[in-house]
Amino acid sequence: MRIREPFKLVAVGVIYCWLAVFALLPNLLVVIASVLERGSDEFVAFAFTLDNYRRLFDPRYLGVLLDSLWLAASTTALCLLLGYPFAYLLTRMPARWRPVLLLLVIIPFWTSSLVRTYAMVIILQTNGWLNQILLGLGLIAEPLELLYTEPAVIAGMLYALLPFMILPLYAVLEKLDRRLIEAARDLGAGRITIFRRIILPLTLPGVIAGCMLTFLPGLGMFYVADLLGGAKTLLVGNLIRDQFLSARDWPFGAAASVLLTGLMMLLLWAYSLSSHRADRGALP
Amino acid sequence: MSLRRVVRIAYPILIYGFLYLPILVLVVYSFNDSKYSLEWQGITWAWYQNLFDDPDLLQVALNSTLIATLSATVATGIGTMAAVALYRYEFLGKPLLRSLVFVLMMTPDIVMGIALLILFVSLNLPLGFWTLLLAHITFNIPFVVVTVSSRISGFDRHLIEAAQDLGATEFQTVRRIVLPLLIPAVAAGWLLSFTLSMDDVMVSFFVTGPTFEILPLKIYSMVRLGVTPEINALCTIMLGMTLILILIAQLLLRERT
Amino acid sequence: MSEWVIELRNVSKAYAAHPVLRNIHLQVWAGEFLTLLGPSGCGKTTILRLLAGFEKPDSGEIYIAGQDVRALPPERRHVNTVFQSYALFPHLTVFENVAFGPRLQGFQRAALRERVVEALRMVKLEDLAGRKPGQLSGGQQQRVAIARAVVNQPRVLLLDEPLSALDYKLRKAMQLELKQLQRRLGITFVFVTHDQEEALSMSDRVAVMNVGRIEQFGTPRQIYETPENLFVARFVGEINNLSGRVVAAAPPRYDIRLHDRVVSLKSPYAFGVGDRVNVLIRPEDVRIWRESEGSAEERAALFPAVVEEVIYKGSMVDLAIRLDNGERLSTTQFFNEDDQALMNLDFREGERVFVDWVHDWETILPHEE
Repeated sequence: MRIREPFKLVAVGVIYCWLAVFALLPNLLVVIASVLERGSDEFVAFAFTLDNYRRLFDPRYLGVLLDSLWLAASTTALCLLLGYPFAYLLTRMPARWRPVLLLLVIIPFWTSSLVRTYAMVIILQTNGWLNQILLGLGLIAEPLELLYTEPAVIAGMLYALLPFMILPLYAVLEKLDRRLIEAARDLGAGRITIFRRIILPLTLPGVIAGCMLTFLPGLGMFYVADLLGGAKTLLVGNLIRDQFLSARDWPFGAAASVLLTGLMMLLLWAYSLSSHRADRGALP
Repeated sequence: MSLRRVVRIAYPILIYGFLYLPILVLVVYSFNDSKYSLEWQGITWAWYQNLFDDPDLLQVALNSTLIATLSATVATGIGTMAAVALYRYEFLGKPLLRSLVFVLMMTPDIVMGIALLILFVSLNLPLGFWTLLLAHITFNIPFVVVTVSSRISGFDRHLIEAAQDLGATEFQTVRRIVLPLLIPAVAAGWLLSFTLSMDDVMVSFFVTGPTFEILPLKIYSMVRLGVTPEINALCTIMLGMTLILILIAQLLLRERT
Repeated sequence: MSEWVIELRNVSKAYAAHPVLRNIHLQVWAGEFLTLLGPSGCGKTTILRLLAGFEKPDSGEIYIAGQDVRALPPERRHVNTVFQSYALFPHLTVFENVAFGPRLQGFQRAALRERVVEALRMVKLEDLAGRKPGQLSGGQQQRVAIARAVVNQPRVLLLDEPLSALDYKLRKAMQLELKQLQRRLGITFVFVTHDQEEALSMSDRVAVMNVGRIEQFGTPRQIYETPENLFVARFVGEINNLSGRVVAAAPPRYDIRLHDRVVSLKSPYAFGVGDRVNVLIRPEDVRIWRESEGSAEERAALFPAVVEEVIYKGSMVDLAIRLDNGERLSTTQFFNEDDQALMNLDFREGERVFVDWVHDWETILPHEE
């Protein structure tokens, strides 16, 4: 094979090699580790076992798993509820303002989630901003114990993840052809029908993308649970971290991680299905 | 004004308020002349001063900047080449590569963190500067690919044919025509990677060692001990820096009319 | 003009089982202005891209200046292309755009400058050398594209519908300029267009193409006056098509029955008695007589008809005419100060007229749909 284009060979070769070593290989190792036994001196002992997965369904850990799922799911639902109308209204703003308005959403998106979570701590603290305002306004007599509660964690996750929901929704809502809505109105459809049968199906890929970008990190964000929920709240993210750092049970942590990855694949698959259907079927 | 119009304007404002309020409070309190309480007691630069007087902290900040710069640069190089290759060439497993890059971008940080940890441990690499660098490059690459790819997709194919028609080899074409026109997207990709790198917590958490501290992790450990004004100041600086970089990146990515 | 510089032998190409070129044979003489003419999808642009090297033929051979170029990539061929979208490099100035090719060939400084300026002068753009393409008008961009191509002194210049984005007046002016440029440079031009008027006015020879085949290859005059099939007749200019049947054959003379009249016409083709034929007449060859003109017996030899529409076009008048048997004709009548009768082109809709044409100016072809 004549190498007519050395540049092509280099470019393709480098990216393949890098991804093979630093993306494929590590994940392969995780899967392998998840079916091994915990080692005494080393991190793993090379003996095959499915115990790790079985333990995941132990009531203790199952509880953690379900709590995490519940937390992440409710955060995602809240993000969707709050974010969808916001994204929609954004697309109806005058075209002049939209770049700026969008920029104002992008900035928190790129800002460190840790910093923003910390900002939430300042707000919710006992002597924090919210309490100060409420006391100052005379609405409460005693400061509220907001920190280290589940609502605090949800608020923190909501705060960290809302931009991740808004941006994909905005992208897909912006591409929505207004004329389809006009056609539906012309045919006599009411607002709810239009939303249910036209807007929602066509924006579904964006909804799923937003949910993916919110739900998955939501499961793994241990620092939010740490800072706002204290030791009381144990999430999958914290679980995994603990296995690797304190409990030293790497295979178990790996198994939990594989579970998380499996969930992600599921959502990705749902996303690709929905976007294929949107491409093919819905539009006239 | 009708109710609908009020809602149309009020609701976005509310959401924007929610998004920016905590940040603003944070910034304001970094200037608050009060060590423990959050009651306003006047403006001071004392906390910022403390930061600059702390040599350890400065070293940590330097570490972060070094990692961010290096990983952004390498990731931009690899990612740009990959984006150009995806656009220009047909090769084995092209759709696979695209999916791989996409999956890499979607992977939760924690999954990536432990996966890389296991890799490094298997290879007997000591956790520190090098493992951190490799990890950062890895998670930065997909963002560069996506940023450059979206600019490339609007590229006029005929420009490349014109260059070939006039006698340019593949390399000359890429060097003189494709890359110069891609520079805004490449620069934006670099800036975004730099930002991601500076802000990363979860991946870094797993792959770095005690020998090499970075800023986000430092902040994390500081915060677990309690809220102090110095942390406010530090966070404000990080916020400011991210803000400037993102603004520049957005300007670069704006379509020239 | 005695040697050919391009030859395509038996070239075929298909995209995803859809044939785009079928067994193309083409020879282009050095120094000629050749036009590939046809509707979109006929394959003319594909031939250009094969010549430039952006595509490879599925079968057949391509020779440029005697050399088999199929293995040569575009950057090694001595041909240059003027793209339909111009494809000027937006980040380079006009000067740098034109200098791109020479620079790659090794020209520098004074020699480079001399070449570039000369090319710019040829297209009258020497004053705009410092501007960027975004600051130029469409016509100016087009000239830069031409200059950028010719500065390399290629053996063949390929032009892919370069004038299609220009407005009418500018287009006409550029047609003239391009032809003059070609004459001056002596480079072989292969020009692609779907505009038959453009093809006729600029070319030395024209290849009329349709769905991957060359329907007819000849001088503009040959294409227009003696089309070899119905497609060419219809595509190039307007044509009237009367169906008839051969009633007597004495080659090259044939008696043909058209409706209820029999006319005696000449044709180089061979027909047999009973064959169905198409008699093709250009609108400008049709003659119209009013009821008031000529005698009754003269009129008996003509075809009676009714004027359906009168279209005034400034220098001429088009008439849409319906013959008594239902067939429609279009005719073009020019104002002519030498002929009193033709000074009065004041036809009315519904007016009764008599039709015939200049005999031997028609073309007879075997019947096709």
